[in-house]
Amino acid sequence: MISGLVPLAYIIATALFVFALHWMNAPATARRGVYAGVAGMVIAILATWAEPVVVHHLWIVLAIAGGFAVGIPLSRVPLTAVPQRTALSHAFGGLAAGLVGTAKYYLWLSEGPENLTAFRMVAIIVEIILGFLTFTGSLMAAGKLQEVKWVPQRPVTYPLQNVSNIALLLVAAAAGIALTIHPTASWAPQVFPAIIVIALLFGVLLIIPIGGADMPTVIAILNAYAGLSAVAMGFVLDNKLLITAGALDGSSGLILAIIMCKAMNRSFANVLFGAFGQVQQLKAGGEAKAYKSETIEGGAQVLEQASSVVIIPGYGMAVAQAQHKVRELYDQLKKRGIGVKFAIHPVAGRMPGHMNVLLAEADIPYTDLVEMDEINPDMPQTDVALVVGANDVVNPAARTDKSSPIFGMPIIDADKARTVFAIKRSKNPGFAGIDNELYFSDKTWMLFGDARNVIGELVKQLSGGSGMH
Amino acid sequence: MADGPYPGHTVQTSDFWSQLFVFVLASFIGLGVIRRVSRLLHTPLMSITNAISAIAVVGSIIVTGADYPTPIRILGAIALFASMTNIVSGFLITDRMLKMFKTGPTPGANVPAKRDGHP
Repeated sequence: MISGLVPLAYIIATALFVFALHWMNAPATARRGVYAGVAGMVIAILATWAEPVVVHHLWIVLAIAGGFAVGIPLSRVPLTAVPQRTALSHAFGGLAAGLVGTAKYYLWLSEGPENLTAFRMVAIIVEIILGFLTFTGSLMAAGKLQEVKWVPQRPVTYPLQNVSNIALLLVAAAAGIALTIHPTASWAPQVFPAIIVIALLFGVLLIIPIGGADMPTVIAILNAYAGLSAVAMGFVLDNKLLITAGALDGSSGLILAIIMCKAMNRSFANVLFGAFGQVQQLKAGGEAKAYKSETIEGGAQVLEQASSVVIIPGYGMAVAQAQHKVRELYDQLKKRGIGVKFAIHPVAGRMPGHMNVLLAEADIPYTDLVEMDEINPDMPQTDVALVVGANDVVNPAARTDKSSPIFGMPIIDADKARTVFAIKRSKNPGFAGIDNELYFSDKTWMLFGDARNVIGELVKQLSGGSGMH
Repeated sequence: MADGPYPGHTVQTSDFWSQLFVFVLASFIGLGVIRRVSRLLHTPLMSITNAISAIAVVGSIIVTGADYPTPIRILGAIALFASMTNIVSGFLITDRMLKMFKTGPTPGANVPAKRDGHP
């Protein structure tokens, strides 16, 4: 009786998940999507739990309680830490898939070898390889984002890196094929863990050559892997709800990864195997260029006289936690009737949509957050472009310099504004070690310092100017 | 439904084609729906899809709760814990982020998003 209701519950849950994602198409309806998702999840969990097969309940209760105990604090991290949290949750997703695949294999091996059909074996192998490589890969990504000490921040490269990685994956695939053909051979219980070890190792090796600027793409790719491992789990368990939900997650990761790659004018293969860090010392000569720096007072004056200002945030704003000061500056300028917009590059920050969330946290209306393609036509009519901790996404070399590693990447046309202010922590080149032409342009003035301090000083200057005189 | 020798796995011949069918259709739905998601919301999108794909929890519940050998159930319990963490933190943080997205000119008006405004 109850088990007859399970398929119905799963169909309802599937529909609710599709609606959840559908409602994410606009901020106004998006929260409804969360409620739909929660409802679908609760229905699916209760229906499964009520199945007659489930006879032991204590461990389920304990594991669920543990999930709440860890999940609630994880949902309260500061928004600057959201990329790490996301990577960590991909790791958990991969781990869950890998463990269930492992459990199922050993269960069938000891209690029902006839269940280990070739098709199921392929699904199990795919599930554990994807699951475990997503686990360690995402942990590494989270470590890099969190700047954990023993995780190298800079891309780590060594000779024959890609060749050895691919060889490793081929070994795992070969072992998987052998297992598929002889799932119950006497050596099978030893080969299976070997595949797990290779997958775990491969996840680490896949991420170490990747640098911070590529993180948005990598997180999206890991998202797709986590989804696909859930799909493989659905194939193993013959559970269509899992297949559907995993496919939704997988396609989301895929679309985000494509958007990120387009926004950097690079291919998947190039992101994963290109090791961005290597192309650093292309041109060391010609150090004759000089920055022009501007004082806070001067900067404030120019801002005050502008009629339109575009603020271009980047990862530096997140690092300096400057979003709330940016909001104060936004208020000061708006009070004077100056038009202020934010120009959001798709790969600004460390994950897709990172800047939008930070600025929304600071209470900036999302209607003033404008995408790159929409704001670029307005840039020539803009009085001041204020670059806050962004670098590569405003580098004109992407348009002009064929030798630059970022050549061809779409950028925000900050250089077309009448005046450019760039806030920068130090005179060192940015992440990729690429000189930014924009900083040496005639109309660019640099404001050196921590983004939060500099903007705080600008705000003080602007509010003092209007209040005291 | 015929009961197989192993609880919960009555299907002996796994229905490969219908599974593949479901996968392909679900992928098309996913691509269609997600292409329309506002770019503003890509971070919350990632956290909500993450929570949804933690539906792997249903597999873990069976493995943890069925009458299987203890080592198998331990693996299931760890997987259940990991999935549940994703569900809880994924939905909560998505909602927390979405609450922050406001329209309109609200200088000074720091009303903590109280009005949910859905039917």
